[in-house]
Amino acid sequence: MYGKGILKGLSVTWKRFWDTYLEDISWMLSGKKRYFTEEGIRHRSSKHTRGIFTVQYPEEQLITPEEFRFVPFLVYDEGAEGKKEVRCTSCGICAKVCPPQCIWIVRSNDPNTGRPIPEPTEFYIDADICMNCGFCSEYCPFDAIKMDHDFDIASYSRNVYGMEKLLKPASYYAGIRPENYTREEEARKAKEAAKAAKAAAKAA
Amino acid sequence: MTAPASTLREPQGGAQTVDLVQRFPGIVSVDERPGYTGFFVEKDKLVEVATAIRDEFGFDLLTAVTAVDYLPDNKMEVVYHAYKTTGGPGLVFRVQVERVDPIEVPSLIDVYPGADLQEREAWDLFGIKFTGHPDLRRILMWEGYEGHPLRKDWQEPFFEEDFKPFKSRWPEGKHVLAEEKNPFKDNLKFPQDFDPEKWIPENDEMLYQSLKRYTVESEDGMGTDRIVVNMGPQHPSTHGVFRAAITLDGETIAGLKPVVGYLHRNHDKIGERNTFLQNMPYTDRLDYFNSMSNNLAYAITVEKLMNIPVAERAEYIRVIMAELSRIQNHLVFIGMLLNDLGAMYTPALYAFEERELILDIFEEVSGARMMCNYLRFGGVVRDVTPNLMHKIKDLVFDRLPAKTDEMERLLSENEVLVSRLQGVKVVDAETAIKYSVTGPVLRAAGVPYDLRRADPYSIYDRFDFDVVTRPSGDMMDNYLIRVDEIRQSLRILEQAVKQIPDGPINSQKPQYQVRVPAGEAYGRIESPKGELAFYVVSNGKPNPWRYHVRPASFVNITCLEQMCIGTKIADFVALLGMLDIVMGELDR
Repeated sequence: MYGKGILKGLSVTWKRFWDTYLEDISWMLSGKKRYFTEEGIRHRSSKHTRGIFTVQYPEEQLITPEEFRFVPFLVYDEGAEGKKEVRCTSCGICAKVCPPQCIWIVRSNDPNTGRPIPEPTEFYIDADICMNCGFCSEYCPFDAIKMDHDFDIASYSRNVYGMEKLLKPASYYAGIRPENYTREEEARKAKEAAKAAKAAAKAA
Repeated sequence: MTAPASTLREPQGGAQTVDLVQRFPGIVSVDERPGYTGFFVEKDKLVEVATAIRDEFGFDLLTAVTAVDYLPDNKMEVVYHAYKTTGGPGLVFRVQVERVDPIEVPSLIDVYPGADLQEREAWDLFGIKFTGHPDLRRILMWEGYEGHPLRKDWQEPFFEEDFKPFKSRWPEGKHVLAEEKNPFKDNLKFPQDFDPEKWIPENDEMLYQSLKRYTVESEDGMGTDRIVVNMGPQHPSTHGVFRAAITLDGETIAGLKPVVGYLHRNHDKIGERNTFLQNMPYTDRLDYFNSMSNNLAYAITVEKLMNIPVAERAEYIRVIMAELSRIQNHLVFIGMLLNDLGAMYTPALYAFEERELILDIFEEVSGARMMCNYLRFGGVVRDVTPNLMHKIKDLVFDRLPAKTDEMERLLSENEVLVSRLQGVKVVDAETAIKYSVTGPVLRAAGVPYDLRRADPYSIYDRFDFDVVTRPSGDMMDNYLIRVDEIRQSLRILEQAVKQIPDGPINSQKPQYQVRVPAGEAYGRIESPKGELAFYVVSNGKPNPWRYHVRPASFVNITCLEQMCIGTKIADFVALLGMLDIVMGELDR
């Protein structure tokens, strides 16, 4: 019969049309909110989604997974009296591995001896050039540079980030990447314990 | 850490079994440089040898034509990669000429018409004149451009150093904006005595000249004019900034020239400045729909060069990601095809819903939805968590099969669609092979040529799936083959997610500077759009000496003219849609 295929196709769109309302009603009956709640957004980006699945940005935002990566930041540990203990040693691996070469580091030198000391004087990331590949954080041996989650950085001028903008506390890092943070902390503690054990063995 | 790794791949080639030297003594010689395979062919006899390679030895598919500038040896080399459509290893043959202008190499366009655009590209970027090529114009750079950018002594406007990492970044890296160092005007190179006021762009003139050969006197004595219509570069249906200059006889297409390069950024040159690892995120930006596949092709190529194994679990993850990528690509292809045909957005948005779910998986595993940068040499960046694996299984076993069926219910039997697609020829098998067309378009024409079977890479030989073909090569077949391929990909995925073993995800220690021995490698995969290959030459230094992408989209449009001649202008949009081009990959 001519037109059977069209009707079949229309039944699909028809079903999809009603799915939204059925879904809304069933959420309403169960007393949950489908829109503007984390649960609703999660449901809409799961395999069970049916009907309308759009997320109404900016009122709603997709839930960023832990591994989501955007322009990097520098991690510092909060020392005594709010002292910022910058993890970066200005070894320059991130600057070397950076594919678009957007990282610029000035290494510190001891004013007396002229020898380099492990701390950056200046650290720039040209966020306009950064391609968010994540190599810097991946290859950093000191867990000092990490990828951010803050993707809303539109501005009227160039985004060249200096130290004051890049430095963020370790607690912030733990907030956006809890699993990575715990894993790294454990590894670090294990390493320190091994080192202490070795030193103890040597002393004994 | 000893990883249960898949066996090391055979060194590339195996082509030595082909007795080309005996057939052409004195003309052909074996390439004996360490790390290289294949044959040197005398320049003057190239056409003769290539004809024999095609007709006597059966290498009917010339996949890649590219050049390498061996500046230290003062040599220029043109490399050809030919394969059999029945499968098996390929044959590499090359011509070396002195690096003194004019550099001339005979064109192979009469033997392999598929060399057309690739020879133009080599002329454009290397300045190698292919004698006998009927339409040797620049293709990616604009006409009137000074120099040939892929030559090793050519420097780009913001040139800083030959190789990354640049010394200015560390340890004395005071940030400077590039444009401050290099103010506008000074960053362009003009030919000497060039005056922009007096410049008449000649490329359009040359383009229309090349279309003139289609002018025929009218048969009934009536004077009719042919008109040239420019479709694009800004056109909603050309999938980006693609332009086609079309000669029309009434409504029938009499001649067509693709004009590309609007999105050209000289990916190859960037790749040669980069280190091997730094190229990985750049490959994402080629075919931005399938960054996982692009990563895979590049990783395979460099692993071939380095001769390292891949961790077993990583192989499975790679296959899973590549096949998920294929599914979303084909779904969007179907949706966008309907868009091109005028069924605005319903199918496209249905397709995008599933794509969204697949991209969620990519984002969770790699950190980015499209620019994944997920693969590393020897493995992948991070493991798939059990939670994510569960999500993938949900998609593979529940959602995607059902949604593919739904897509078919929506479209496959729709009478309007069927009458639009059925019987409209895209390309026949013979022409497709002649013009080096690969991918679903070739298979829809009835040629069972799928690199996953014809020249297996990664671990595809372990999975049970069919190479789907369709008999007629019309538009309907081109649509249906995508649906078939989605189902086959799901079949592969079902096996892969069941069989995936535990274990390390990289056979190598993470290192930011990989050691790559000197030599060449040509790694190819069946990307959703056709054969995607990388040709990488290393000289043992941290940066590749030559880094070439053989994109599926670019080579496939060589055939566009043949596909379109004789059809109506209204079919052009659909025919272009069938090739499934992506400008990021086409223009590079």
